[in-house]
Amino acid sequence: MDIQVFEDIFEKARMRLLQLHYDSQTGHLGGNLSCLQALMALHHISMKQEDSFILSKGHAAGALYTTLWSLGKISDQELSTYGAEGTLLPIHPSGKGIPGLLFATGSLGHGPSLAAGLALSAKQRTQPRHVYCVCSDGEWQEGSCWEALIFAVHQKLDNLTIIIDQNGLQGFGTTQDVISCSDLSPRLIAFGASVHQASGHDSTSIINALGQRSTDRPNIVILNTIKGKGTHYEGQLESHYLPINKEQYDIAKASQRKRPVR
Amino acid sequence: MRRALAKEITAKWNHPDVFFLTGDLGFMALEEVRSALGTRFVNTGVAEQNMVGIAAGLARGGHKVFVYSIAPFCYARPFEQIRNDICMANLPICLIGNGGGYAYGPMGPTHHALEDCAAMSALGVRVLVPAFDEDIAPMLSSLTTATYLRLGYDERPAKMATPTYAPWRKLLTGSRGVLAALGPLGGVAWGALQDLPEEARPSLWVVSELGTQLIPTEFYEQLSDNSLYVIEEHVAAGGLGMHLAYAISQNKHPCGPLRHRYALGYPSGRYGSQSFHRAECGLDANSIRQMILSEL
Repeated sequence: MDIQVFEDIFEKARMRLLQLHYDSQTGHLGGNLSCLQALMALHHISMKQEDSFILSKGHAAGALYTTLWSLGKISDQELSTYGAEGTLLPIHPSGKGIPGLLFATGSLGHGPSLAAGLALSAKQRTQPRHVYCVCSDGEWQEGSCWEALIFAVHQKLDNLTIIIDQNGLQGFGTTQDVISCSDLSPRLIAFGASVHQASGHDSTSIINALGQRSTDRPNIVILNTIKGKGTHYEGQLESHYLPINKEQYDIAKASQRKRPVR
Repeated sequence: MRRALAKEITAKWNHPDVFFLTGDLGFMALEEVRSALGTRFVNTGVAEQNMVGIAAGLARGGHKVFVYSIAPFCYARPFEQIRNDICMANLPICLIGNGGGYAYGPMGPTHHALEDCAAMSALGVRVLVPAFDEDIAPMLSSLTTATYLRLGYDERPAKMATPTYAPWRKLLTGSRGVLAALGPLGGVAWGALQDLPEEARPSLWVVSELGTQLIPTEFYEQLSDNSLYVIEEHVAAGGLGMHLAYAISQNKHPCGPLRHRYALGYPSGRYGSQSFHRAECGLDANSIRQMILSEL
């Protein structure tokens, strides 16, 4: 896909995501915006049909639903039910009822193990499937993530790519303030993963990083991102929780994408 | 029972779709499974949350997966992974918890599994509690949903015949009420009561699967207004006794008084073998016999 064509599709998705959160008056917009470009690039460009995807940071379900909407896998009518009574699209994914959703996620730290299991299954069957898993950076405070990484390195799961949305903000502070860690790279490298960095708001950078594949170990792509990118509260903790009002919605719609950010 | 399990897995479950995961346990028990399954036997290390997540990923990939550990490390440590990754995805994974109840005796309370059946049945996981080694094969052949297999010791007395497997089996006929024993305690109770005349003992049933829909009609018929004795190496909350009381109440079935012996935890604050803890809870053979004789 031509990169400019993709940029146009992404911009439409960004607008739809903003509308989704404005209409539903739901929070978590910040973490959705910080990973939307990566989810779009992954699903529109990098992933093949046989590949699998797990959204470990389930609180970015809006971004995933919007991505699936952009692929025609969720109708606009269905997407409009996001977070409403009787929806198939709860604020964290149920893992059921929507093509491409394999597991219920929202409790952090589950995705890397699930993805490693899928990757091991594909290896055992000599299938060409590649497994992608998107995590948050705060999520790597869960010990289960490191359990999964140890396992994936030992099993040489080079058909696994974990993408970490490193926006530096977690539930009640920055990752630096909470655990003295603003960049996970050195720790992940020390555990034996093949680690690449990219700007999470630059499509070419994302696509290039996703294309870097080790032949003997799991791959990790660290996306340097800004939480709430393009909104009035970008880079602020408020973007983790607060919905946007009409004025803030208009500001976000009018904002221009800036790239690269780092 | 884990050796019986290993033989069964090796003999009948060694095909390309099967994975067997262990949380770094199985010394002097699972070596033959490891040899037979090769790369499909995976020691996932001392990381039970990851083990269950890996199992869910493998099962999503179409594999049949067994997950093995000491019972509390199998159901308690990775509880959320069982809930979210297995149950919410309806994956037919078999969780094998070795050492149900006080079976790990002197290893201490961290190694005991006293609330496992309740925890797993609350999630909708099918709970199987074999009483005898021979129960393992029919249980494994019936796996279609998420299942928790609680292994203990086969405590069948030497002179007791092997009863054909069923979730509920009548081991003794008696006329002084009905006794339901969970899993291996069935063998213990048989040894305690078999020499009593029928008119001085209750009918003895061994229960190997929780589920109110599995209670046989004959059990209800024998119950009538007679005393109901329940013995289980499990806490009262969510165990066999509560399942039975709920079923009897729902069916508005007549029933005499409930005599319930169950795991009390550590009432003396002291620790010991499985026999020591059973005796503290009135679950040893002598206590069971005295419970029945005292009602005469």
